Amino acid sequence: MLKDLADDLVFTTLGMDPRSPLGEALDFFIYDTVKIFLLLTTIVYVVAVIRSYFSPERTRRILSHNREYVGNVLAALLGIVTPFCSCSAVPLFIGFVESGIPLGVTFSFLISSPMVNEVALIMLWGLFGWKIATIYIVSGVLVAILAGIVIGRLEMERYVQDYVWEIKVGASEIQERSFREKLADARDYTVSLLRKIWPYVVVGIGLGAFIHGYAPEDLLLRYAGRDNPLAVPVAVIIGVPLYSNAAGIIPIVQALMEKGLPIGTVLAFMMAVTALSFPEAVILKNVLKTRLLATFFGTVAVAIIVVGYLFNTIL
Amino acid sequence: MKIEVLGTGCAKCTTLYENTRQALQESGKSAEVVKVQDIPTIMKYGVMSTPALVVDGQVKVSGKVATVAEIVGLLS
Repeated sequence: MLKDLADDLVFTTLGMDPRSPLGEALDFFIYDTVKIFLLLTTIVYVVAVIRSYFSPERTRRILSHNREYVGNVLAALLGIVTPFCSCSAVPLFIGFVESGIPLGVTFSFLISSPMVNEVALIMLWGLFGWKIATIYIVSGVLVAILAGIVIGRLEMERYVQDYVWEIKVGASEIQERSFREKLADARDYTVSLLRKIWPYVVVGIGLGAFIHGYAPEDLLLRYAGRDNPLAVPVAVIIGVPLYSNAAGIIPIVQALMEKGLPIGTVLAFMMAVTALSFPEAVILKNVLKTRLLATFFGTVAVAIIVVGYLFNTIL
Repeated sequence: MKIEVLGTGCAKCTTLYENTRQALQESGKSAEVVKVQDIPTIMKYGVMSTPALVVDGQVKVSGKVATVAEIVGLLS
């Protein structure tokens, strides 16, 4: 139905030739833009309502009853639905370890939360289909579980900044919001999020639409194509210093996929950008000593590379 | 009245601070508004998602930027 509307507008109202590259691109662009913004608005709103039932406080309660392994899996899954902003990473980290949640389980949460989120899911789903969206979620959760278990096994508690263990977290006395207030919060959140990310989304869709017949891909493919065994680690190394949210990275991902890069390589790049960054390192330095911080980055990078190879092999 | 804006200095915390000031201005109330960036103090309130708004020692909002209208409502 949306496709008909776009066709109508471009080919009938504007009178463009359906066979011309420009007409085709414009049709594609309008259709995708409308589709993705409809998806974004609906799903971000619904997810925001769901999230209001998974406060960090509740997640902490659930996780504090679970030990390793089960805890890592739960933490990675809860990371998807618990609202998280990198600016809250420090209080969240302290709150978690103080309540007795194992370090590795805390990391599983800290890894999955920024990396796997509804915006990434919707953009991938809308632009590349549900298969790739599902693969991204599954691989994000896998990376979070694996890296969390490894960090937990390394028993690095002494590399947490000493003051963290001395902090006494006060009893949380925040009132549960009423259902009506939750709906209002979800609406506010959806509006402010869309306001923030819409330019990235439009650029991403635009790139996708107009890149179709774009120039030879030889160079990129020679260096990052399926034939180069080092493509995945290189993609991750390039991705780490880049800092972007899921919406911002999609234009680049779109371009890379169009150029024919294998899916595992592209997903590894996207995960490296969203999960690891310098600003995040600076924030986490407040609670982690250098050695644990380096271990965290190293473990996550290796886990992402493993998952990247895995998907390049099986798909 | 004492209002504390908890947060480790991110953009959202600054916005909440500004909103609080404006809410005071609009409602014609006077209060001492302070930014709390010190982590142990933030944790003392049991807050895990910043920014948070504390009025007279009570956590009123956590994990979101309250709008000016909301804060006016909280203060009355």
